Amino acid sequence: MTEHLAHASASPATNGHPRDPAPAPGGLVIDYAPSIESDKIVQIPARHQLYIGGKWTQPAAGRYFDSINPATNQVLSEIAEADASDVDAAVRAARRSYDRTWSKLSGRERGRYLFRIARLIQERSRELAVLETIDNGKPIRESRDVDLPLVAAHFFYYAGWADKLEYALPGRKVGPIGVAGQIIPWNFPLLMAAWKIAPALACGNTVVLKPAEQTPLTALKLMEIFEEAGLPPGVVNLVTGAGEAGAALVAHPGVDKIAFTGSTEVGKIIARSVAGSGKKLTLELGGKSAHIVFEDAAIDQAVEGVINGIYFNQGHVCCAGSRLLLEESVSGVFLDKLKVRMRQLRVGNPLDKNTDIGAINSIGELDKIKRLIELGKQEGSSYFEPEEIKLPQAGNFLRPCFFSDVASSHTLCRVEVFGPVLTVSTFRTPAEAVAKANDTPYGLAAGIWSEKGSKIHKVASGLRAGVIWANTYNQFDPTSPFGGYGESGYGREGGRHGLLPYLEILG
Amino acid sequence: MIVNVHDHDGRSQGIAAIPVDAVGIDERAAFFGKRSIKAGSKLDLFYLAIRMMDLTTLEGADTPARVRQMCRKAIQPASPMLTEALSKIPGFRPIPSVAAVCVYPLLVPHAVKALEGSGVHVASVATSFPSGQASLATRLIDVREAVAAGAHEIDMVINRGAFLAGEYQQVYDEIAAVREACGAAHLKVILETGELGTLDKVRLASDIAIAAGAHFIKTSTGKVQPAATPQVTLVMLQAIADHYRKTGVRIGMKPAGGIRTARQAITYLVMLYETLGPAWMTPDLYRFGASALLNDVLRQIYKQYTGRYYYDKGYSLD
Repeated sequence: MTEHLAHASASPATNGHPRDPAPAPGGLVIDYAPSIESDKIVQIPARHQLYIGGKWTQPAAGRYFDSINPATNQVLSEIAEADASDVDAAVRAARRSYDRTWSKLSGRERGRYLFRIARLIQERSRELAVLETIDNGKPIRESRDVDLPLVAAHFFYYAGWADKLEYALPGRKVGPIGVAGQIIPWNFPLLMAAWKIAPALACGNTVVLKPAEQTPLTALKLMEIFEEAGLPPGVVNLVTGAGEAGAALVAHPGVDKIAFTGSTEVGKIIARSVAGSGKKLTLELGGKSAHIVFEDAAIDQAVEGVINGIYFNQGHVCCAGSRLLLEESVSGVFLDKLKVRMRQLRVGNPLDKNTDIGAINSIGELDKIKRLIELGKQEGSSYFEPEEIKLPQAGNFLRPCFFSDVASSHTLCRVEVFGPVLTVSTFRTPAEAVAKANDTPYGLAAGIWSEKGSKIHKVASGLRAGVIWANTYNQFDPTSPFGGYGESGYGREGGRHGLLPYLEILG
Repeated sequence: MIVNVHDHDGRSQGIAAIPVDAVGIDERAAFFGKRSIKAGSKLDLFYLAIRMMDLTTLEGADTPARVRQMCRKAIQPASPMLTEALSKIPGFRPIPSVAAVCVYPLLVPHAVKALEGSGVHVASVATSFPSGQASLATRLIDVREAVAAGAHEIDMVINRGAFLAGEYQQVYDEIAAVREACGAAHLKVILETGELGTLDKVRLASDIAIAAGAHFIKTSTGKVQPAATPQVTLVMLQAIADHYRKTGVRIGMKPAGGIRTARQAITYLVMLYETLGPAWMTPDLYRFGASALLNDVLRQIYKQYTGRYYYDKGYSLD
């Protein structure tokens, strides 16, 4: 019988009898080609100005900082650094535009602008995806298939609300708040801009946006799209810069509402600064989200879900499923399978369509994650990284990894790493899983894997998390509210709930 | 749920029903088509795909002459014109024969004769293919006759009626009996996934077939739609992976029906590679049940060498 089969395969890479228990020599190895998305589609100007009152404006102090490509650590462009006077100019432009134009338009008119913006984003989505990947380091597969479709979807969704606000709170009369100061992070630069800007404009507010200093390029490009859509000047203003510009925006008396997405540390500073000012505030902060896998889960799919939960976007995700809680009876099998799957991940050039994990966003972030990994090793939980994964020579790259045998008292189980680092602990009963999942100051998201529906409902009702996914993870939709408990912040973005922070109840 | 079946010696073979998340499978199965592959590696995959092919004819109208014609194609897939055109290309590697031809038992002697000395196997769909709706005794005779006529491989169908009625012991026993009747021939067990309804059932049928002694598990007869899909193939590969993890034994896989293009074949091979690894990238452990696929793979091989397509009449029908 073995002879038959040897005949059948003319190759020397024959494995012999398929039931031969001895390890077979390797068959054909597939060589994946670098399939690089061309960056020709984007022209990055050498220098970017501030966007105030519909005009590209030089910063008052004449200072610029560099925006870096994290995959190469080369400078992409010089970015204007706004100071308090620039922020003041932006807020005044937003106020003028609010008073004279935007708040006077009918909802249907505002909706038309938003629909136009959404369509332009769709038309230019390839360009935007490439630019996002260059500036942020995320794989093109993600910027193309996740970020950009969601960006357009958010504008489409809130465009639809613009003329239906009287139904947002049935029986109540609502109106806009005024000028919204919006500060967004570097992990989903354009998507976070969309989350903030679309509901603000739909509700009739005007905006001063401050993108993260690491990743301003797509937000700057978005201003071009707003111009193309004919959005009146001053409706959205953009000030680039770091903490100083952000602090000036938060402190500005002309701002009626602050929306912030970022670290819990900065969120606390903002909350203190805003206290007593009468400004409205929403905060979307950090997380240490639990991903619970029960023994009755579809294990192979749960492995995929856990991979997606923590290694998506290099783990730079506020709702990343960074704490895996495994039912003890399946922990061995699960970790075996997780290791096998992790070995398949491809870390490298973010513009390569075969890349699964791109570049860590900055050298500072890379150093921080490495320090935490070292700390995890010192604290004595066991460490795994697939060493066969090759990393590029240049740029900020890191292998995905996990720590197992982690106790709730380990540092890595408590702090937000914001990188491709997973902790694994085991539990014995659903009650223990819930207790462990809730043993965190955060409460942004959670995942549950079980094929038993009643168990999912029971466990979900015990979890303190703003978003709970069952048998999936990291699914986003503009119709669904997103936000956290505890130190993960307050307020919701997305869905009808996402309108409320931008509406004043008039009666 | 644990499905209890007993082997020949009355030993309990507890088979845990492994749940499958169909939504997760959809996502993962769609992923494999997104890999891009180096040109040289792509060419290797096309050659491998030919060597993995079970060229199949399973019609009521099959005749000895029809089978002989297909056997010729199996031995030499490229037409003389195409062979000549290809042979002028520097560095060209000859087109290999396919793995096997797959025919009804009555036609096995003709295939055996036509393929003598070629190294191409004869596979036969015994067990009252495609429905399997005959007594076990009849099905076993079918198998023994095919083997006696010289079939190297038997593609059996499971008893879907018994399986869907929950008679798992019967399904197991019948597969084990067919395996025994196969003697030295290799056994491929067709689950007919298009009739099983859910991926959970596909997984359970895979595990029962493997436990009962299948050398290969196979998706479909080709007579029921849907036939092979990336989703059912992935679930079956995961069953094979789990069996290997537990026992160190490698079971083979054969998606059959519905794979028509070289591009689809590559997606299936990427799935195989990323699920079971390079050790399975051999005709001993993976087959394509197909007929239309062969010419498209030849078309793409020519394109890989020359950057353009050979004219359509340069490919023989069979």
